[in-house]
Amino acid sequence: MDYANNDGQDIASICLLAGKIILQNGGETYRVEDTMVRIAEAYGVANAYSYVTPTGIIFALDGAAQSTRLVRISERSTNLKKVTLVNDISRRICQGSLQRHEAYKQLQDIEQAKDDYPAWLKVLVAAVASGCFLIMFRGSWNDFLPVALASGIGFLCLLTLHRIMPITFFASFLSAVISGSLAVLMVWLGIGHNLDKIIIGSIMPLVPGLHITNAVRDLMAGHLVSGLSKGAEAFLIAFAIGAGIAFVLSVYP
Amino acid sequence: MVVQLLEQLAVSFVACAAFSLIFGVQKHRLVQCGLVGGAGWLAYTVCSALEMRTIPATLLAVCVVTIISQMMAKHYRTPIIVFSAAGIIPLVPGKIAYDAMRHIVQEEYVIAVELAVQAFMISGSIAIGLVFSEVIYIIFRRSPRSS
Repeated sequence: MDYANNDGQDIASICLLAGKIILQNGGETYRVEDTMVRIAEAYGVANAYSYVTPTGIIFALDGAAQSTRLVRISERSTNLKKVTLVNDISRRICQGSLQRHEAYKQLQDIEQAKDDYPAWLKVLVAAVASGCFLIMFRGSWNDFLPVALASGIGFLCLLTLHRIMPITFFASFLSAVISGSLAVLMVWLGIGHNLDKIIIGSIMPLVPGLHITNAVRDLMAGHLVSGLSKGAEAFLIAFAIGAGIAFVLSVYP
Repeated sequence: MVVQLLEQLAVSFVACAAFSLIFGVQKHRLVQCGLVGGAGWLAYTVCSALEMRTIPATLLAVCVVTIISQMMAKHYRTPIIVFSAAGIIPLVPGKIAYDAMRHIVQEEYVIAVELAVQAFMISGSIAIGLVFSEVIYIIFRRSPRSS
């Protein structure tokens, strides 16, 4: 997407970039459509239409400078900070306090920005969160460390596998297998006590919570295609985790 | 009882704030995310302690999560998923799904199917809770008194 001087192209570039960032970082589909149409309206294009699915955006501007463009989304991740920042920019554009050049530049900055939190921090936090889930599921505090260890290593595995190969289901499956095996190992060594609770706690960071919320919100907003496909994605991830745990339980009786 | 509730509240606060960090929420919103999750889990715990069944308890807790998220989203002018995504994670039926899996592995399919259906119903109640509270919020926002 090059920055072009032609009027229609210019506005379309801003809209598409904003939509692309929201979609790639875990925003809802209806938010993508809404943001794009609002930005176009704020810049004086009354008839803008967008059609968004989880894997691509089609955006059409009507009027004097007609154009229809398509963006393909191949990689998706989760970074709600970027969604929030694009939302702020779109709000400022609608208030009329942001010029086109400035808006495009800021959006590009957001797109290229690095993750706020380093991977080691996420792993650490996932470990602590699983420990907390253990307590929430009525586990005892002396299983806290085993759970934290199993889930931390499992989550690290998920992040690493994601980088090596972009197949989410396989990465979830392998991470669940590793978390489960560690849990079994620790109970066998006598460090852990309640195997069931350790396994449940340690797979919590793999649960597709954002996918579930997004799928329901999209279905509710009438985006049937996106809602169903995101729901299918969430279901497949859940199924992969379950299969991984089933594998562990059947290998080590 | 009170000590146990406080323990659950603290633990769910930390867990939900941690999940929000994994989702990449900005630092100055993490506390609010934790509060949303804590409130939802507290509602669930209290309902369970009052011997309510799992499905209505989940429904109520999801409504609490979504309504508070909606108010926060409005107040901070931030997309609502920032608050609600981590809040529903404790309510996901992980334990029942796990039990179902374990019974499948042990070839006890009758119990496994029963548990799987239960897990499915709880997931459904999460979805219905998300829809319900959205509708409640829209109705209240449109009524002249509150606007």
